[in-house]
Amino acid sequence: MAIEVRDVNKSFGVTPVLRDVSIDVTSGSLTALLGPSGGGKSTLLRVIAGLEQPDTGTVVISGVDATRLSPQRRNVGFVFQHYAAFKHMTVFKNVAFGLEIRKRPKEEIRRRVMELLELVHLDQMAERYPSQLSGGQRQRMALARALAVEPQVLLLDEPFGALDAQVRKELRTWLRRLHDEVHVTTVFVTHDQEEAIEVADTIVVLADGQVKQVGSPAEVYDNPADQFVMRFLGPVTRLGDSLVRPHDIEISPAADPAGTTATVVRVVRLGFEVRVELLIDGQETWAQLARSTADRLDLQPGQAVTVRPSPAARPLALSAS
Amino acid sequence: MSLIVLIPLAAVVWRSQERGLGYFWEAVTTPDAWAALTLTVGASLVVAVINLVMGTIIAWVLVRDRFWGKGVIDTLIDLPFALPTIVAGLVLLALYGPSSPLGIDLAYARSGVVLALLFVTLPFVVRTVQPVLLELDPDMEQAGASLGASPLQVFRRIILPNLIPAMLSGTALAFARAMAEIGSVVLISGNLPFKTQVASVYIFGQIETDNPIGAAATSTVLLVVALVTLVALDLLQRWGSRHA
Amino acid sequence: MPKNLIRYALRALAVGYLLFLLVLPVVLIGWRTFANGLGPIFEALSTPQAISAFQVTLVVAFWAVVANTVFGVGAAILLVRHAFPGKRVLNALIDLPMAVSPVVVGLALILVYGKFAAVGGWLETLGVQVIFSVPGMVMAAVFISLPLVVRAVVPVLEELGDEQEQAARTLGAGWWQTFRRITIPGIRWALGYGIVLCLARALGEYGAVAVVSGRLVEQTQTLTLFVEERFQNFDETAAFAAATSLALLSVITLLLTKILRPKD
Repeated sequence: MAIEVRDVNKSFGVTPVLRDVSIDVTSGSLTALLGPSGGGKSTLLRVIAGLEQPDTGTVVISGVDATRLSPQRRNVGFVFQHYAAFKHMTVFKNVAFGLEIRKRPKEEIRRRVMELLELVHLDQMAERYPSQLSGGQRQRMALARALAVEPQVLLLDEPFGALDAQVRKELRTWLRRLHDEVHVTTVFVTHDQEEAIEVADTIVVLADGQVKQVGSPAEVYDNPADQFVMRFLGPVTRLGDSLVRPHDIEISPAADPAGTTATVVRVVRLGFEVRVELLIDGQETWAQLARSTADRLDLQPGQAVTVRPSPAARPLALSAS
Repeated sequence: MSLIVLIPLAAVVWRSQERGLGYFWEAVTTPDAWAALTLTVGASLVVAVINLVMGTIIAWVLVRDRFWGKGVIDTLIDLPFALPTIVAGLVLLALYGPSSPLGIDLAYARSGVVLALLFVTLPFVVRTVQPVLLELDPDMEQAGASLGASPLQVFRRIILPNLIPAMLSGTALAFARAMAEIGSVVLISGNLPFKTQVASVYIFGQIETDNPIGAAATSTVLLVVALVTLVALDLLQRWGSRHA
Repeated sequence: MPKNLIRYALRALAVGYLLFLLVLPVVLIGWRTFANGLGPIFEALSTPQAISAFQVTLVVAFWAVVANTVFGVGAAILLVRHAFPGKRVLNALIDLPMAVSPVVVGLALILVYGKFAAVGGWLETLGVQVIFSVPGMVMAAVFISLPLVVRAVVPVLEELGDEQEQAARTLGAGWWQTFRRITIPGIRWALGYGIVLCLARALGEYGAVAVVSGRLVEQTQTLTLFVEERFQNFDETAAFAAATSLALLSVITLLLTKILRPKD
């Protein structure tokens, strides 16, 4: 295990932020801490880094109890949402900082920094100052700076949170590829479920200071532990007394005793997908269809249809939680 | 901090009360002490009011007007802060003293005291009003004008309410500074008791003539005024930020 | 155009006020000083008394700046980075020296550190004389220029945030390394600004220093005291010469602060 967090509690004043949190992060994995803002995920990451002290509980990094170690002794790389670039230093100096603190020989520093800058595609920018870089470039610099000290774990706090949508998508793919190259155990915080599913190989869902579920992206998406996780990871709609993913609802124009009768209210075409709004016994629900399916069905408002969950669907009974 | 600031100031208050409140009251109401205190308060009030008006006008001219040499003037405003006060007094005496080339002799007169205080307090109102005026959204004035307000109405009903917290803060600072001033006044006033002697100079005299309790009593009055001004400033700033 | 008329009237009023209050007096003193050429100025400023005044002034200002730099940076970090009981009170008290009369400051120091006071008497037995000597003058200068460094540094420190410092910590920097390599470079311009202001204030202080120094010629007489004493003794040449050198110093200060002032 690269990181073991055990029974961590943390409050700010009287507000509990983390409640009995325990997680394991396997070596070499890429883990996402996913949850709504205020759910405690950033605090958990800062507890792992040593930037916050837990009230109770322990943090073990690479087999060493790090709970009382100061951040400078933990050998973790931390990337801040707003980059925390050292404004008075060039890109080169920023990346070299940790190595200079460790008093490495000049030649080695130079080689290692240039290697890293190449890795993050900033080798042309070495002599610039952070103010001369774009947001995405600053974030890549911050990443290179964190990697320079060869940390045991790399922690990223909403790494793409301050970037615009386009750059965000690019950096996501890039982070995934970088991780495949460098293999350093990585934990990142995000509130964007799409980002977590796309990038991570393990997702930890955190809300109200508690771990709600841990699993691979497919597991948490397909087998959510509860309503909250199901809602947070993707769109949901109600079908009878259960929650279902809208793309798991099948519609047929013929009457079918196994299904439920519904009335089509509206058909909205959103490019490749089609959203069908339905009414079942006065209750609103909606289904997401592929365009080809919708074309074949040729649904009209007011039409009576039969709906039922597809064989792959795993509806979650509302009464269960 | 407490070694240099708090304990000594506490000692002043404590010494002033050493022989009881009655003695304290006697010490601050001896004819010369009372004259010095009333002159200081009076001159400071006059100075505060002149600063309120002139400081706002200067800030206005510096922000809204454009003319040759404005940058130099903008820099010069801070000169009274940078210039040692004793030099300020000497400088004023050169132009407004017995050998004045303008034929204006304010030395040993109360008007000389006011002049010296005006000199050292010049930057306060200008420097508090100026940034607020710079931040003021011109759209607001245009909106006012488009609703039919005359320039005077725009000034009175739109600009002035926005400036008032800053104007009052600057005036309070100027008042506090005027109450405390000694260096610039010493030379030009001649320190004539009952006529041009300000409180700080009076305290100085009491220290020199080995009357620490009398000095402490008058000092306590100045300290109380300073504290009240600080509290008023704090309240003003909160009031201003609530209205901003 | 009445609007333009008002504009010109206001401009004339503002410029005229500044001209007669500020510009003409300062120009006149320079002109009077240099009216008889440089010879008399040089002579007046090279008497043992004048040289001693220069030395005393520099010593006092130097130590005041050192003390206030250390205190100012410390207090600013305390105020911005830490939460503690009494923070609001400390925040308010820091401004107190701005509002207190320098003479009261001097009196306060005499009452505590004077020969006949408890603390002062005790120090006297240890051979340390505070009042009527340099330590007391330094204390007075520290007191009156106390808020300058703090107030210059606090807003910059606030704006800087603590993320850069945290980043340095996670990269393995210790407390001192973080302070020296991240915090200090982050606040260097503001710190320079505060130091220059503090230096100017310490060089030019009159009231507090006059009280605690005892104004002993060639021992505790600073330049400002020299100006006053020479003027009272009708030695206008020396008074004007010293005043002009102080004024030149303050003009340099003014220009320095213009350069250092954080631009936004």
